Amino acid sequence: MTLSLPLNTPSASDQVWSVGRLNTAIKGLIEGNFPPIWVRGEVLQCKVWSSGHWYFTLREGRSQVRCSMFRLNASRAGKPPADGTEVYVLAKPGLYEEKGEFQLIVSRMLPTSAVGQKQQELERVKALLQQDGLFDPVRKRPVPPYVSTIAVVTSPDGAALKDVATVTRKRWPCARILLVGARVQGEGAVEDLVRALRLVNRIPGLDLCIVGRGGGARHDLAAFNSEAVCRALSNVRVPTISAVGHEIDISLTDLVADHRAATPSAAAELAVANRRDVLRLVDDLSVRLASGLSGRTRLAAARLARSADRLHAGMEWVLDSRRNLTDRLAAQLDALSPLRVLGRGYAVPMDDAGRVLKQRADFIKDASFRLRIADGDVRARVE
Amino acid sequence: MPNTEPTGSTPALADELARLEEIVRKLEADDVELDAALLLFEEGIARLRSARERLVAAEVKVQAVLEEAGGDLRLTDLDA
Repeated sequence: MTLSLPLNTPSASDQVWSVGRLNTAIKGLIEGNFPPIWVRGEVLQCKVWSSGHWYFTLREGRSQVRCSMFRLNASRAGKPPADGTEVYVLAKPGLYEEKGEFQLIVSRMLPTSAVGQKQQELERVKALLQQDGLFDPVRKRPVPPYVSTIAVVTSPDGAALKDVATVTRKRWPCARILLVGARVQGEGAVEDLVRALRLVNRIPGLDLCIVGRGGGARHDLAAFNSEAVCRALSNVRVPTISAVGHEIDISLTDLVADHRAATPSAAAELAVANRRDVLRLVDDLSVRLASGLSGRTRLAAARLARSADRLHAGMEWVLDSRRNLTDRLAAQLDALSPLRVLGRGYAVPMDDAGRVLKQRADFIKDASFRLRIADGDVRARVE
Repeated sequence: MPNTEPTGSTPALADELARLEEIVRKLEADDVELDAALLLFEEGIARLRSARERLVAAEVKVQAVLEEAGGDLRLTDLDA
């Protein structure tokens, strides 16, 4: 930023900044360009305000910087440090706009006396990962119930692969174990582990990833505390289990992985179901399947029987009503029948062609005719 | 990646067991018609058989994943 400001007075063409605008611009420049950094120095005049915030100066030799630590972070740091205490602070440089004061906004403070160099590095990485949410419980994914393919990121020469295979063989022999080899200690271990974890994401059909090693001395576990390994682990697309083989030490991969196991064997137990339990489940399902079907057929049979009963009853009713109708019609027909009149002793004269002879003229002398009576015909002759 | 198990052709055991659960639940409910129930039952039997065979016959397979110079992944059997 170059401003031409004559020594006497600003001219009309000169750009004149307000103090507020200047402070805002500087604040943006500072805060936009610094990630959180660790700074080492002596604490001077730590003031605890009633709000719970701490304000102090951090000094080293002739240089010093103002620091603010807000209530939540201050409450995690314990007691306010006495003058002269040497500390590491994790801070973001910033500008207090109203006063135009450069300051550090401190999120963590650790006395150097309490922190060895390696421990300091560990704390630094841990704070960064925590800040990025890599330990967040909401990120944790469950282990799939019946895994079929498991990647194991570990040394091809170590005991971890054998341990995982032994437990898996015993509990869940239908699994496939894929070794993704990596050095797990010493030079090149970090790069190897990062490469292996990235390679895991290229394996098709994978269900789970175990990363770990057998037990070892504390310094041997350093690769599992590396920031690069932790970030690579957090990017693995399937659920992960960290098993670095030490009951008492927790590595940072333990915190980043979806699950932690004390040993590779314990990781395998966590990873795979027990075949016996699943066979029992299958048996149970087969019983329920059979009884489910017989329940359905029983229901269908009962429904069929009910339908048949109703059909039968319906038919009976139809038949009965038809029978009644027939009887009634038969009685009416019977009443109207001429046979019924003949039964009372009347007779009907008919000629041979079957015509009824109703008048005297129909009867011709000596002609024969039939008399129809109740139980048949009788021949007769006209005199 | 060569030398891998075919993953698309057979459903995962988890999917198979989940489908079995679903079939059993449907059969246990009262609202399935008999012919649909028979079809479900037949499917259930096939899935039960397949799940049981997979559980009983399997043998753990251990393989190493290697990255070749060209970047391709290759599997080799291991004795672990």
